[in-house]
Amino acid sequence: MNQIKDKFPEGDSFRSELNGRYRSATIGQILFLSALLIAVISLTALLYNIVDGAFGYTAYEYKKDPATISSKPLTELNQQELLDVLKANISTGAYKKLNNEQAMETRSQADLLSLILERIIRIETKATWSLTQSLFHKAEIEAEVAEKYPDAKLEFRNWLTFSFLTSPMSSRAEFAGARTAILGSLWLVGIAVLFALPIGVGAAVYLQEYAPRNFLTSIIQTNINNLAGVPSIVYGMLGLALFVRVMEPFTSGKMFGVTDSNGRTILAAGLTMGVLVLPLIIINAQEAIKAVPDSLRQASYGVGATKWQTIWHHILPNSIAGILTGTILAISRAIGETAPLIVVGASTFITVDPNGPFSKFTALPIQIYQWTTRAQSEFHAIAASAIIVLMVMLLSLNATAILLRNRFQRRL
Amino acid sequence: MENNQTPTYAITTNDLSIHYGSYTAVKGVNIKVEKQKITSIIGPSGCGKSTLLRAFNRMNDFVPNCRVTGELLLHGQNLYSKDVDPVEARRRIGMVFQKPNPFPKSIYENIAWGARINGFKGNMDELVEQSLRGAALWDEVKDLLKKSAYELSGGQQQRLCIARTIAIQPDIILMDEPASALDPISTLRIEELMQELKKNYTIIIVTHNMQQAARASDYTAMMMIDDKRSGGVIEFDDTRKIFTRPSDKRTEDYVTGRFG
Repeated sequence: MNQIKDKFPEGDSFRSELNGRYRSATIGQILFLSALLIAVISLTALLYNIVDGAFGYTAYEYKKDPATISSKPLTELNQQELLDVLKANISTGAYKKLNNEQAMETRSQADLLSLILERIIRIETKATWSLTQSLFHKAEIEAEVAEKYPDAKLEFRNWLTFSFLTSPMSSRAEFAGARTAILGSLWLVGIAVLFALPIGVGAAVYLQEYAPRNFLTSIIQTNINNLAGVPSIVYGMLGLALFVRVMEPFTSGKMFGVTDSNGRTILAAGLTMGVLVLPLIIINAQEAIKAVPDSLRQASYGVGATKWQTIWHHILPNSIAGILTGTILAISRAIGETAPLIVVGASTFITVDPNGPFSKFTALPIQIYQWTTRAQSEFHAIAASAIIVLMVMLLSLNATAILLRNRFQRRL
Repeated sequence: MENNQTPTYAITTNDLSIHYGSYTAVKGVNIKVEKQKITSIIGPSGCGKSTLLRAFNRMNDFVPNCRVTGELLLHGQNLYSKDVDPVEARRRIGMVFQKPNPFPKSIYENIAWGARINGFKGNMDELVEQSLRGAALWDEVKDLLKKSAYELSGGQQQRLCIARTIAIQPDIILMDEPASALDPISTLRIEELMQELKKNYTIIIVTHNMQQAARASDYTAMMMIDDKRSGGVIEFDDTRKIFTRPSDKRTEDYVTGRFG
């Protein structure tokens, strides 16, 4: 006994050894804290970069001075006065064309105002500056504008305005809005979750409760786990081949009597996203079902319940929290994916809102990508605004799912 | 003795054996469980008591690789024959588990749910009250029926599980160490409850508490593992006889506390 006791350090040697252990612990703690700091800094840098681009000074010129067409400032004119200004300053042909698109009397004040600004005043952005530049280098900016663009007006502009959210696309950055893209993204996420959630949960229930534990089941399980990591563009190719081409009668709506459409619809894209997030939902649902304690199943079977009754009344209600977590992850993935949407055929320039599953579409990530690739800096500014919109949408969808999950968890 | 009636048996086993793959967990059990009496199964840890108990209501079906050979006769019909539906068997043979496992629902729903899925058409409120009275829990929870079952104490939860079991009117109640997770007072209450319950139900209880078996049961089955690690019933008799004049030496060693 004593021989073994001697092998342990005692007294001072024990204490110095213990101090060594404490040192390792402190080093570990510092490393973990540094990791956290690096993550926080990266995220802050990302946020800063985005916000920086969405606000700032703009120098722009009018092709026609608003004072020459109206005695009062344009923003103070009412609808009838705006109509008069419009009629007086554009050709009758152009006016008729606008009227055919949508009757002039029914257009809103904001609509008429932006038409005037676009067609008559013809605002042209000369240069934009980021938020930091605008805040800290105001004097230099003013000097530059006075030198390079003497006719231009300098104004602090918030690119993320309400009209940005509600306007459709335009080829001019000052008038372009994200409305079509926002609606497109919402439709996509909706279709994807509607498709993937029941199928994913059903597959998970079968794998956990019904499937026998044999070789075939483990192959299926491995494959599902792997599919969660496949690059999204591969899903895009699948969507193109399957939903856009092979299933064209269904996705284009020809089966339902819709004409003048092809397979590149929001339905095809939504289904592609659905298949993309399906492995995620299955894996999460499986974990949630596994987490339901076996004692609950035994209690249910003990009172003479069938397997289906046990699943429907006990297992599913008690795994809803985990399933919703999977849905959150799926939504986050679906809303941000760009590559598969490009392959499946998101429109690059579309001004019409999606009005059904068989319409052409665009989505926020595509819009952002497009605007970022343009040369003019004002497009970068609205790209930054669109990124903020995307993030807010993402956070709201996540928050809703988290609220739902907490509500279900508290019931237990 | 006093009456010359042959006792009626709720369960009879004929050479019942339970195998997990190639390993035989329980070997050759031949016992006759008398109706409306309490039969206890005792023995050291790991000798297959719970496995045997779970065979009585086909709960072993959920364990992969589990095979049962031999016969288990419930009122003369072999429970393990191909044309017997295990769901129906579990309706006739209820089970109370070691750790109380009420459903995460209200007290009322715990009892009502089992009745409802079995097609109960009568007055549910009456059934709930009757079951709770039968489990000696009514007075404590009659104003709390909508509360979650998880807010009850351990002993109350176990009695709720008993109420849930008797609500569907089984013939037999299996109890797998029902009081081992409870304090002594709750344990005593469960034992008193068992004496009441046996007036209407046949009770089979697994326990490693010998005093409990001696106090509460009418018949006792003594189980032991052999050198091939298979469990078997080495003695089955009147409780008083098992604990005062056991026939098998191993039984005597166990009940006198020389080991186990």
